[in-house]
Amino acid sequence: MEQENTTSWWRKAIQSGVIGGIIAILAGLIGMIESFHARDIIAGRISMGETLLLLIVIGFAYSSSRNEQLPISTRVTSGVITGVVTSLMIVLFLMLGAAVNLRSIFVNASPALYKILTLEIANTSLAYIAIIVIGAVVSLAASLVHAATPFWKRIISSGFAIVLLLALLQDLIRISLTPFPFITSVLSWMFGRRGQEGLSILGAIVVFLIVAGAIYNDAKNGAARRARREALPEAAKRTRRWVNWGLLGLFLLIWPQIAGPVLSDVTNSVGLYILMGLGLNIVVGYAGLLDLGYVAFYALGAFTMGVLTTTGGEIFFDVRWTFWEALPFAVIVAVLAGIMLGIPVLKIRGDYLAIITLGFGEIIRIMFLSDFLKPYFGGSFGIVSIASPTIGGIVLDSPQTLYYVILAACFVALFVAHRLRDSRIGRAWKAIREDEDVAQAMGINLTATKLLAFATGAAFGGLSGAIFAAKLSTVYPHSFTLITSINVLALIIVGGMGSLPGVIVGGLLLAGLPELLREFSEYRLLIFGILLIVMMLNKPEGFVPEAVHKREFHEDENLSHAAGG
Amino acid sequence: MAMLDLTDIHTYYGNIHALKGISITVNKGEIVTLIGANGAGKTTTLRTITGLLKPRVGTVKLDGEDIARHKANDIVYKGIAMVPEGRGIFARLTVTENLDMGAYSRNSKTEYDSDIQRIFSLFPRLKERRNQIAGTLSGGEQQMLATGRALMAHPTLLLMDEPSMGLAPVLVELIFETIQQINKEGVTVLLVEQNALMALSIANRGYVLQSGAIVLQDSAEALKKDPTVQKAYLGME
Repeated sequence: MEQENTTSWWRKAIQSGVIGGIIAILAGLIGMIESFHARDIIAGRISMGETLLLLIVIGFAYSSSRNEQLPISTRVTSGVITGVVTSLMIVLFLMLGAAVNLRSIFVNASPALYKILTLEIANTSLAYIAIIVIGAVVSLAASLVHAATPFWKRIISSGFAIVLLLALLQDLIRISLTPFPFITSVLSWMFGRRGQEGLSILGAIVVFLIVAGAIYNDAKNGAARRARREALPEAAKRTRRWVNWGLLGLFLLIWPQIAGPVLSDVTNSVGLYILMGLGLNIVVGYAGLLDLGYVAFYALGAFTMGVLTTTGGEIFFDVRWTFWEALPFAVIVAVLAGIMLGIPVLKIRGDYLAIITLGFGEIIRIMFLSDFLKPYFGGSFGIVSIASPTIGGIVLDSPQTLYYVILAACFVALFVAHRLRDSRIGRAWKAIREDEDVAQAMGINLTATKLLAFATGAAFGGLSGAIFAAKLSTVYPHSFTLITSINVLALIIVGGMGSLPGVIVGGLLLAGLPELLREFSEYRLLIFGILLIVMMLNKPEGFVPEAVHKREFHEDENLSHAAGG
Repeated sequence: MAMLDLTDIHTYYGNIHALKGISITVNKGEIVTLIGANGAGKTTTLRTITGLLKPRVGTVKLDGEDIARHKANDIVYKGIAMVPEGRGIFARLTVTENLDMGAYSRNSKTEYDSDIQRIFSLFPRLKERRNQIAGTLSGGEQQMLATGRALMAHPTLLLMDEPSMGLAPVLVELIFETIQQINKEGVTVLLVEQNALMALSIANRGYVLQSGAIVLQDSAEALKKDPTVQKAYLGME
């Protein structure tokens, strides 16, 4: 074993270098690098496309130098070999591209891509050398991180991560600062010049130093401060908590005013996804019933709202209700549909349940699309002129005002989901998730428990859909495809099954980021896929796991703790 | 007086005739054991009593009331609790959460605290491990947990399915002592076992099940001396 470890490390290094190279080339061939290149991370210097390439090299070099049994010099060599091999692969690809016209097969193998990959150096052999040198230097740096103490590792990883994050979200930061021209002018050196994206070099360095300073301060004084906070009397702790919650509440209340219409609209989409996530989380996370047709309830809520409130006059039921009159009916229709779906699938478990719910989602969509029901639901043209909610004569039709309706709905849903989790029915859900037969033997009524899970989940979906219809003021069957169900499911998996904070984090990550970074949304599914695979390998319980799942996935560690303690 | 009375029970799995006319009586305060080889129909009998399976023919009378067609989740309210085969604990929940689930049918906050103390005094190991994930317990501890969970429902009749399965002899001994103790506290026990020797040593009476039919029934003492039982189930020649 020992022998094998020491002789074959270079083979593994080359292997991961080849894989890294293939991934880098693939990212280029699917057009990711070119489209990411349009956005700058460091204004005028490093684009997001180049960052992606660098991250691939860094990632593979870092992981190929991870083997702790080898001496550090070997590990660094291994990392550098990986980096150089990755660079070589890119060079080989460029040579191939220069000799053969790859574009007839790969549309994205464009001159622009070659230009990015050759770092815009005209002399090809010079460009190749530059690529390999950069690969070697970057991978050397990445492997050397292993030699750093945990303190420095933290500074390096958090520093770069926050610089990257700030650079990606600089649009958002700048927009939210527009109402405060003073702050904008003070911080102008941080960002690129007008019309440029990304941070300025100075900005990036300063952000990095601030992060490093914060970590240094935390390492030095953090423990003492935490101890002081622990030592506070219970009443003071409680006040502190209330103050924190109050500040968060205040922030949420004034957010649309800071964010402006565009960002408020993004926030609203995230809110609707969170609402759906909370509902699906009850069905899948609490009760363990895999539902792949969740979009059906969203569609039913939206169409009920549409049918009951439209003033377009093309729909058979021309009742022209207000938003608030129609809202309870939208929820009720979704709940009834939830129960209707629930009854036939009571005895069906696991994979079969997933397939049936998948079918249900499609049936509902096709029903709304059908020509036969066109007089009622408008067919593929959908329903237009849907009412907006009004409060005391004020019409909430802008993203900034509709925000409050969505915020209120999210809070209600969060409260209900939270109270249900620790209730008697919540425990029953947990039990049927674990073992249906034994749960029955404990006195749990399977029929009622399952139907209640479907109904509650459907209610949240219907609520979300109803608000969605009012938000767009039009609904089309095409808005309710399978992909929405999958997005919501991915959201709760990434956040952590059964975890409420997880739903919010998942919603921000999977619904918010793609809206903010248009380049991402084009590769949304690819990025979701990568994110899910990486997560399943490294953090299978999700980013903000529920306690039970966390324990389950880290049983070995628990056991060793138990044995040690 | 007969507490549980099974009369001419026929249970099917699809077209497979699993129980072919079984009649069993359990009197109040007794320990009755059901012994037999794998596939004889022991677990099927218990699942029929608890309502997880419905007999096609026959009656299951509990204190004179026919419960054969009751739903499984109603049976526990009638005073029957089961310790399932292979323990059947909720592996991803903690020990305490498992015991909570056992009290699901009780819905009485005041009795809950004394109940759980009683379980912890019966099984001190569970108290030590009350916050541990049940799936990480040893086999013996899981058996204790499954038994404790069933007792949380305050059963008058406890059905136990192979409590000795996969346990070290010392633990088997411990579990059987506990069964006797539970019985002394007034709980009637119907015990399904492959370990016939242990089962017959604590039981009052026994039934021998073979291919879905009762082939022998007698007092435990008599069964232990029966040559066919000795040969087939006690490993004596």
